[in-house]
Amino acid sequence: MYVAVKGGEAAIDNAHRLLADRRRGDRAVPALTLEQIAGQLALAVDRVMAEGSLYDRELAALAVKQSRGDLIEAVFLARAYRTTLPRFGYSRPLDTAAMLVERRISACYKDLPGGQLLGPTFDYTHRLLDPRLAGDVSIEEPARRETSDASMMRVSEILAQEGLIEADGAIDQARGVGDITRAPAEFPMNRDSRLQALSRGDEGFLLALAYSTQRGYARSHPFAGEIRIGEVEVEIEVPELGFSVSLGRIQVTECQMVNQFAGSAKAPPQFTRGYGLVFGQSERKAMAMALVDRALRAAEFGEDVVAPAQDEEFVIAHCDNVQATGFVEHLKMPHYVDFQAELDLVRRMRAEHAGSTAPHEQQPREAAE
Amino acid sequence: MIETNQAPDENQSIRQRRMAVLARADSAAIARCWTALGIDPTFTMLRGPETGLVTLRGRVGGGGSPFNFGEATVTRATVRLESGAIGHSWALGRDQDKARLAAIIDALAQDTEMAGRIDEAVIRPLASAQDTDDRSRVAETAATRVDFFTMVRGED
Repeated sequence: MYVAVKGGEAAIDNAHRLLADRRRGDRAVPALTLEQIAGQLALAVDRVMAEGSLYDRELAALAVKQSRGDLIEAVFLARAYRTTLPRFGYSRPLDTAAMLVERRISACYKDLPGGQLLGPTFDYTHRLLDPRLAGDVSIEEPARRETSDASMMRVSEILAQEGLIEADGAIDQARGVGDITRAPAEFPMNRDSRLQALSRGDEGFLLALAYSTQRGYARSHPFAGEIRIGEVEVEIEVPELGFSVSLGRIQVTECQMVNQFAGSAKAPPQFTRGYGLVFGQSERKAMAMALVDRALRAAEFGEDVVAPAQDEEFVIAHCDNVQATGFVEHLKMPHYVDFQAELDLVRRMRAEHAGSTAPHEQQPREAAE
Repeated sequence: MIETNQAPDENQSIRQRRMAVLARADSAAIARCWTALGIDPTFTMLRGPETGLVTLRGRVGGGGSPFNFGEATVTRATVRLESGAIGHSWALGRDQDKARLAAIIDALAQDTEMAGRIDEAVIRPLASAQDTDDRSRVAETAATRVDFFTMVRGED
């Protein structure tokens, strides 16, 4: 017999009211503005945009505020908002070579055209807490240096000149560009769909997988060929105009990882590559993405699939933190009936077990009784 | 499409440039320039302003095959003026006032004489502010450029 049980309406209402109160906190402290969140917690906002797969700083800041800083909850809010909007179309592919660069480094070449530009980085800080930041200290304006507008060649182009590195990556797209938001994931997956999934994948999960490849689980001996952060222009073909228009710019982080490859009977030894492209300033994520992208190309290079990071289905099916949190967190929803059934089953099994063993053996009492 | 005596290609690139400047500018900045121009045309909204998503594409390895990278909010609008001129606007974000105003400006600018006034009063100041902003960011980044030097090790 199945009995539907209802209840908890007042409790839920009051819980949400309590949530609103706790979120606001001490009313004597001014409420955070979205400008403050977007401006001063910018990298949290970037993470929500990247994993929410929705570029909109103001909405991501609102999500951070609404979620009390729980970034996976904020990502969930961004994803939910996305589903309410119609889709106007696909942009032209971004040209990251034409980026207005805010940071660009290479671990492969010291003196490369355009130079090593550190930008606003945590690197080389001492990771000591700065007590001055507890207050509102005045911050000096950034230093400036006049520069001739040198174009910033990609490191992959430098290596490509000698034929030492594989090309950017061509995919058979006879059936169009893969889109995991339109078609259910099917394995094996094309690299384009994988990159889409990785770009919005959970930073922590990808970081751990990337780390595992460095520790020997699918060793690929990587170099950070180039990391660049900056703004790129977004363009779209507008059918009613018959030409493409610029929609403005977005900030992205791009990572080109350079990996060793011994070569095969067919191909001479050559560097191979992993690619990372992420919304906002998200360097760790872009690097992790590039390492995982390369590990997932194992089959392409005839490498043995021996480690989790090389297992396409394992990585892609588990990298989305909204899906992951949905399934893990659903366990807290009422399972009263399921549990009653299980309880009943365990009792019956124990009774059968008791019946089949020697009658003089004392059975331990059930803990619940 | 564009009824002026200039070559269509040139007109198109001027219009693209104008739309790009408007797309990048914020609503308040456009409104300031627009108010200074002192025009108040009658128009009909043909579409929107409406907010939706555009799927952004990247390229594998930076220059290879395209892949879908993520989505962005985009707002677009289309207006028609009494003259019959039609204007469009498309921009990242959710600013519908900006979309409406940018579409009106695009429509007005299809008249050659008006285009001159608009470029003078709206597009040029906005573009100049955007260029200053870019130059300043380039200079700030350039100050973080590493100048390597070699230590003399004393081996003659």
